[in-house]
Amino acid sequence: MTTSATMPQAASFGGRLKRFMADRPLIPLVILLVILVMILQILRPGIVNERWIANTAKFAIPLAILAGCQTMTMLTGGIDLSVGTVATMSAFIMATQIVNQDPAVAFVLAMLPAVLIGLVNGVGVGVFRVHPLIMTLGTSLIGTGFLQVYQRTVIASGARIPDFLNWLGTGLTYGFPNALFLFVPVAVLIVFTLNRTGFGRLLYAVGDNERAARLSGVRYWQVITALYVISSLLAGITGLLYIGLIKAPSLSLAEPLVLPSVAAAVIGGTSIFGGRGGYMGTIIGALILTVLTTLLTILHMPEGGRRILFGFIVLFVTAAYLRIIEDR
Amino acid sequence: MITNPLLDAMGVAKNYGAVAALRNASLSVLPGEVHALMGANGAGKSTLVKILTGAIRSDAGHVLIRGEARDVRSPAAARRAGLLPVYQEPALIPDLDVLSNLRLTGTPVEPFRAWVRELGIPNLDIRETARHIPLAVLRVLDLARALAVEPDVLLLDEMTAALPANLAEKVLEVVRRQGDSGRSVIFISHRFVEISALCDRATVLRDGVTVGVVDIEPGVEEKIVEMMLGARIEKTSVAAARMANETPAAKDSHPRLAVRNLQLGTKLHDVSFDLANGEVAGVVALEGQGQDELFAALAGSIRPAGGTIAVDGAPIKFSHPSDAIRAGIAYVPGDRTEALAMQRSVRENIALPFSAAPRKWGPIRVRRERMVVSSAIARLQIDTRAQGEVQRLSGGNQQKVTIARWIAADARTILCFDPTRGIDVGTKQEIYKLLRELAGLGKSVLFYTSELEEVQRVCDRVIVIFGGRVVDTFPVELADEPALMRAAYGLPRGAREDVGILADIRPASDTETAP
Repeated sequence: MTTSATMPQAASFGGRLKRFMADRPLIPLVILLVILVMILQILRPGIVNERWIANTAKFAIPLAILAGCQTMTMLTGGIDLSVGTVATMSAFIMATQIVNQDPAVAFVLAMLPAVLIGLVNGVGVGVFRVHPLIMTLGTSLIGTGFLQVYQRTVIASGARIPDFLNWLGTGLTYGFPNALFLFVPVAVLIVFTLNRTGFGRLLYAVGDNERAARLSGVRYWQVITALYVISSLLAGITGLLYIGLIKAPSLSLAEPLVLPSVAAAVIGGTSIFGGRGGYMGTIIGALILTVLTTLLTILHMPEGGRRILFGFIVLFVTAAYLRIIEDR
Repeated sequence: MITNPLLDAMGVAKNYGAVAALRNASLSVLPGEVHALMGANGAGKSTLVKILTGAIRSDAGHVLIRGEARDVRSPAAARRAGLLPVYQEPALIPDLDVLSNLRLTGTPVEPFRAWVRELGIPNLDIRETARHIPLAVLRVLDLARALAVEPDVLLLDEMTAALPANLAEKVLEVVRRQGDSGRSVIFISHRFVEISALCDRATVLRDGVTVGVVDIEPGVEEKIVEMMLGARIEKTSVAAARMANETPAAKDSHPRLAVRNLQLGTKLHDVSFDLANGEVAGVVALEGQGQDELFAALAGSIRPAGGTIAVDGAPIKFSHPSDAIRAGIAYVPGDRTEALAMQRSVRENIALPFSAAPRKWGPIRVRRERMVVSSAIARLQIDTRAQGEVQRLSGGNQQKVTIARWIAADARTILCFDPTRGIDVGTKQEIYKLLRELAGLGKSVLFYTSELEEVQRVCDRVIVIFGGRVVDTFPVELADEPALMRAAYGLPRGAREDVGILADIRPASDTETAP
């Protein structure tokens, strides 16, 4: 009863273009980024110069690293909402401990909560199967609470931004932001991990079909625990970078980056349902969001209007992009 | 025959993509009749039932109820037309109590209670949450709920499965009386004993076509088995060719896999068998006889409640599929979507087991991996034109990927669960050939198939499972299709003449007494 007649493949130009885009999902993203920069240049001729590019990169880098956490967790069908709290904690602890401690000790103390929260997230999601959204939201709230308690113990000693973090956060070398010294290796590592290591492959496999991964001998909890610890470590390091950029330790330092980090990963083509996506797209997604923020700032719109527009643009871009790259 | 049929379905057809589930099925049920619907696995019984009860739409054909054409678009419409099914899976919502469940379907409470008492459950608390009620009782409640609205046609799918003997007896009695009161019952069962005791006529389906309607009378079982199989073209027995081509593997002291007294809830009882090196052992069973659980237990997916599994003579307990894989036992599930990461490439899917253990999480040795994978791809002749995403491959090629994975991983034992389901003839032949080659290399294969003709093409030996027990084991030379079909229905081998249809083939202690 099988119909053996084969349909002649309708290969219209639109169809081929769509196929081309679907196979190279980065291209439409880069085009969008270029368009945004061009709009900016048209609205404010001369704004796009060397200094502006360095500045954009500086602000995009912390976002891009946190979006890396989201990319990796989203590949498994998860999400890590605790990255903001983790980054804030490591930044705040670093800034307050450096006053009385050796830098190395302060660094270890700053990364300690990151490891702990990552471990709790990983065990909660991987072993007890708590939904990642709830799990990471919960640990995020707990972390914020602990930070408030901690703050009372260090009010007397005050805070200081270590010179090294100042240099890393805002310094330039031959016109290039020093933050690239951190970001380039991190980005290379993430891309390499996702594409060329067994661990990266398992992230995709677990997110695509957990049951298939299990039948292939993959133990879900091992992958997930390692993943959330790594995600938290990255968030902790981002916190140190970010405090060097912002220079004002507060209890909600990196919190405003959390949802944009999710948005950057989604715009970059990573599916929140797992199994699909990559870090290169996420980096461009973070750049797009940063440029978009600049664009809306120079429009001299009231804060409310800016946010409304920002939200609409993010929704529109994501929906349009998914239509382009998904060949269904 | 002056009585008009209560339900008359004609020329019903249903296609799923290119696969025809039903081609020309008909079913005619007279008032006051208990009518058996029979057919081998995949003959189209469940598709026909789903169409009659409005769960899916047919592509062709029509259904007359009391002589009127009715378009049964939904389960609710079927209900209004007087057609009520009781499915194998309990249909009460687990988080509601029984009373709320009754309200949901608008079932009158008093008749329901009367039927529950009638069916042998004297003291039911109607406020009990369905979740806390044992499975056997739930099935009886499902039946009572259907009976309470006095349907014209009651459709029972394997009603007595999972019922203890005393409840089953009550159920059968009630069903028989249903017929006496002028209502009709469509009775789906794999048990000849029940059918002979209950039914007036039987409709037999084969390959989506109604091949016959017979009156149930002593001796009819042979006729039914013949109809279910049809006049098949005589296949050259591969057994002879096999003997010529392969030197039998040297018999070693331990079997590759020794299963003893395996126990798993109500699904498996006391299952014991061996699997030797260099052997393809076929498992033959009707749907839901415990073969799924047997394979899952051997693959490490579920933990058996009792019994032992020994690999190369050493008893092993599996707590995760990775344990089984370490012991060289790989599982190829029947459902490809269970085994494949559909959005990933052929290469990643084949190489997936390589990265499973944490010590293999590091950088992938790309060149070596590519070599292993492409040799597996070549071995199975996978069409790799669309290898970027497994979901773009054809079903047959997807199935090959699931097997290639374990060829690449060099698994010593492969558990194949119906690997040829829904794939084209050419690919099937390739898979048969591959399994024989593996056996020739000294590997062992446990091969469940729902297509009996495959047994003679592939297997050395047949293990027959019925009701969660190994009821028979015999060499492939004796395993022609009628023999297999009889065995799968739990009829004893080599006793054609002695066993009448009314004889209870099971020893008394053997009936479904498990809770």
